[in-house]
Amino acid sequence: MGLQSYIEQRKADKSLLVMAHVVCGYPSFEANMAELEIMAEAGVDLVELQFPFSEPSADGPLFVRANEMSLQNGTTVNDCFEFMAAVTARFPFKVLMMGYYNTVFKLGEEQFLRRLKAAGGVGYILPDLPIEEAGSLHALSAELGLEPIILMTPTNSDERLAQLAAAARGFVYVVARKGVTGSKTQMGDDVAALVARCRAHTDLPLGVGFGISDRSDMEYLRGHADMAIVGTAALRAWEQGGAEQLRQFFSDLVAA
Amino acid sequence: MNLFDFSNGKEGYYGQYGGVFLPEILQATVNELLECFRQCKSDPTFWAEFVELMQNYSGRPTPITHMANLSAHLGGAQIYVKREDLNHTGSHKINNVIGQGLLCKRLGKSRVIAETGAGQHGFATATMAAKFGLDCTIYMGAVDVARQRPNVFWMENMGAQVVAVQDGQKTLKDAINEAMRDWVTNMADTHYVLGTACGPHPFPEMVSWFQSIVGQEARAQMLEQTGRLPDRIYACVGGGSNAMGIFQGFFDDDVELIGCEAGGHGAGSSLHAARLAYNDASVGIAQGFKTYFLQNDQGNMNETHSIAAGLDYIGINPILAYLWEQDKVRFLAATDDEVREALKLTMRTEGLIPALETTHAFAKAIEEAPSMGKDEIILINQSGRADKDIFTVAEALDDNKWKEFIKTKAAQYQQERQ
Ligand SMILES: Cc1ncc(COP(=O)(O)O)c(C=O)c1O
Repeated sequence: MGLQSYIEQRKADKSLLVMAHVVCGYPSFEANMAELEIMAEAGVDLVELQFPFSEPSADGPLFVRANEMSLQNGTTVNDCFEFMAAVTARFPFKVLMMGYYNTVFKLGEEQFLRRLKAAGGVGYILPDLPIEEAGSLHALSAELGLEPIILMTPTNSDERLAQLAAAARGFVYVVARKGVTGSKTQMGDDVAALVARCRAHTDLPLGVGFGISDRSDMEYLRGHADMAIVGTAALRAWEQGGAEQLRQFFSDLVAA
Repeated sequence: MNLFDFSNGKEGYYGQYGGVFLPEILQATVNELLECFRQCKSDPTFWAEFVELMQNYSGRPTPITHMANLSAHLGGAQIYVKREDLNHTGSHKINNVIGQGLLCKRLGKSRVIAETGAGQHGFATATMAAKFGLDCTIYMGAVDVARQRPNVFWMENMGAQVVAVQDGQKTLKDAINEAMRDWVTNMADTHYVLGTACGPHPFPEMVSWFQSIVGQEARAQMLEQTGRLPDRIYACVGGGSNAMGIFQGFFDDDVELIGCEAGGHGAGSSLHAARLAYNDASVGIAQGFKTYFLQNDQGNMNETHSIAAGLDYIGINPILAYLWEQDKVRFLAATDDEVREALKLTMRTEGLIPALETTHAFAKAIEEAPSMGKDEIILINQSGRADKDIFTVAEALDDNKWKEFIKTKAAQYQQERQ
C-alpha cells in the first residue's frame, strides 16, 4: 500500500494524523527506541528518522545540537539503516528517512534507495534537495516504490506550487512559516490560507509542520490539514523530563 | 573563455560543480537575487557606479609593486605584487561587499547579514552597511570571535551586531549555517552578503564578477609597467574570491595560474584546509552547492585547520574546482611553517606585511621563483595586509616582546578595575 492510501485509510477513524521525528543516535539509539515506544502507544501514524549531518542548516538550535551530539557519539549511516530496520519490524507506524542530500550523494542514490527499501522505509524528506536537482533520485524512487516528500512553503508562488505538486508523492509537507524548525508558530489565518493554497494544487494529503507544539495547534489544524508534524516540541519534552514527560506530551497532544 | 554562458548547459554549473541546493523556502529569494544580478550585470551604468565608488571610497585602482629586493634575494623571476591590501578595510573583501551593497539597494532591502571567519569580510560588510545606512548582523564562530577581537571591535563600533556562533566547530562553516538560518527567516527585508565565491548560484558568479575588477586592472597595469604579461600568477585560495578576481583578467592569455591553499600541518596530517592540492577532499553537497569538500566517507565535514582563519574552510569555489580538473589552474598548499618564514622574509626584504592568508601565495612564489629565469615574471595577488591583525600575527610568530606587552596591559586594566 502506498503512503497516500495508508494516510487516507488512517484518516477514516481519525480527524488528524500525527507524524513524529527522532534524530537517530541522539541521545542514543536505546533512548530513540524508548521514544518511539511512547509514540507508538500514542498512536502516531508516521515517523521521520533523521540521519545526522554535520551541516544541518535547515534545522533549529535543538536539532542542530542533536545532530552534532549524535555524530560525536559516532553514529554512522549504517547504524541509522540498521536502526530503521529494527523500528519498522517492531512498530505499526510507517517510517521515512529525513536528512540532507550529501548523505544520499555520498552513498550513491541507488544504493541509498535500496538500503532504505530494505530497512522498511517508505520514503524520504531531503530539505536541501530542490526538485530541479532531484530528477534522477525521483525517477529511481518511482521504480523502487519509494516516495519523495516535497515541501511547500509560504514564499512559493502559485506557479511554483504547481511545479512542486507535480513532483510530490505520498503527502505534501506544508511548512507553516518562514524560518528553521523549533520556534512556535502562531496558528491563524496565515496558516489556513497557505494550506488552502496548497490544497488548490494537489489532491495528496497535507501535513503541516514547523512549530506545532500543543493541543491547541492540533485543534486549529483539524479540518484544515490531514496531518500534524511534530518535531522539536517532542524532543524538548524528552530533554526536560525523559520518558514520563514525553508520554504526557503525546497524550495531551492526541487527546481529542 | 566565457565560464558564465549557461545557454548550452545547466544554469549555475561549471562542469559538475556549483548548482543550487537550498531549502524550498529560499527558492523565490534566490530567484529574485539572480534576476536582479542579471540586470546589474547587463547594465553598464551599474558597473560604472561600482568602479567610481571603489575609486572614491577604497582608493582603486590599487597599484602594482615590483619587489626588486625579494626578487634579487631569490635570484630568479621578477616578482610583482597587486596591492589589494591598500583597499579600505585592508583587503579585497571590500570589492565584493560594495558591489553587493549596491545590488542590495536595487533589491530594496534594508538589512544585510554576513558570515565571517577572519573577520575581514565582516569588517568590510559592517563598513558598507554603515555607509549605505543598512542594518547589519554578522555571524562569526565563537572560536574566531575569541581569536579576532580587533575586527569584532571595529564591526561593533560601526554599528553592526556581532553574533558568536556556538555550534559545530564554531568557525567559518558554522557561521555560514547560522547566516542561512537567519536568511530563511528574514529574507523579506534581508540580503545575505556571502563573503566568498562559494555557496549557491549566483553567489560564485556574482562574487567573482565584483572581484574581476582586480584582474582587469592588473592585466592593464602589467602591460604598462613591464610591457608584457606575467608568466605565473599566485593567489591564495580560501573560498576562492581573490583568486577568481585576479585570474579572470588572464583566462584568455598564456599565463600559468596557481592557487595556494592552506597546508596547515602538512599533507597527511589531516590538520589543513587543502581541498585540491592534497588528496583528502571529495565531491559533495553542502552549504548550498556542489564542490570538493573535506569530508569523511559518511559525507560529514572534517575539522580543518590553518594558521590563517580566512583559508580555514571545508569547500572551494566550484569554478576553480572545474578549472583545476581541466588543468587550467595548478594547486599548491603552503604549510603554517612555510607561511611564517615567508612572512618574515617579505617584511625584512620589502617592508610589506601580507595577511597570513595572502602569505600562502607568497610562500609558494618564493619557493618557485629561484628556479625561474631572471627575465620571467611572477605576479602575486596581495589580497590583504596583516598590520591590523597584529594580535594574530604576533602569536603566529611567537613574539615574546609582544606577549610581555599584553601581560603588562592586562595587569594595568586589572589594576584600574580594582
Ligand atoms: C586577506 C584575505 N585573503 C584571502 C582570504 C580568503 O578568501 P578568498 O579565497 O575568498 O579570497 C581572506 C578571507 O578572509 C582574507 O581575509
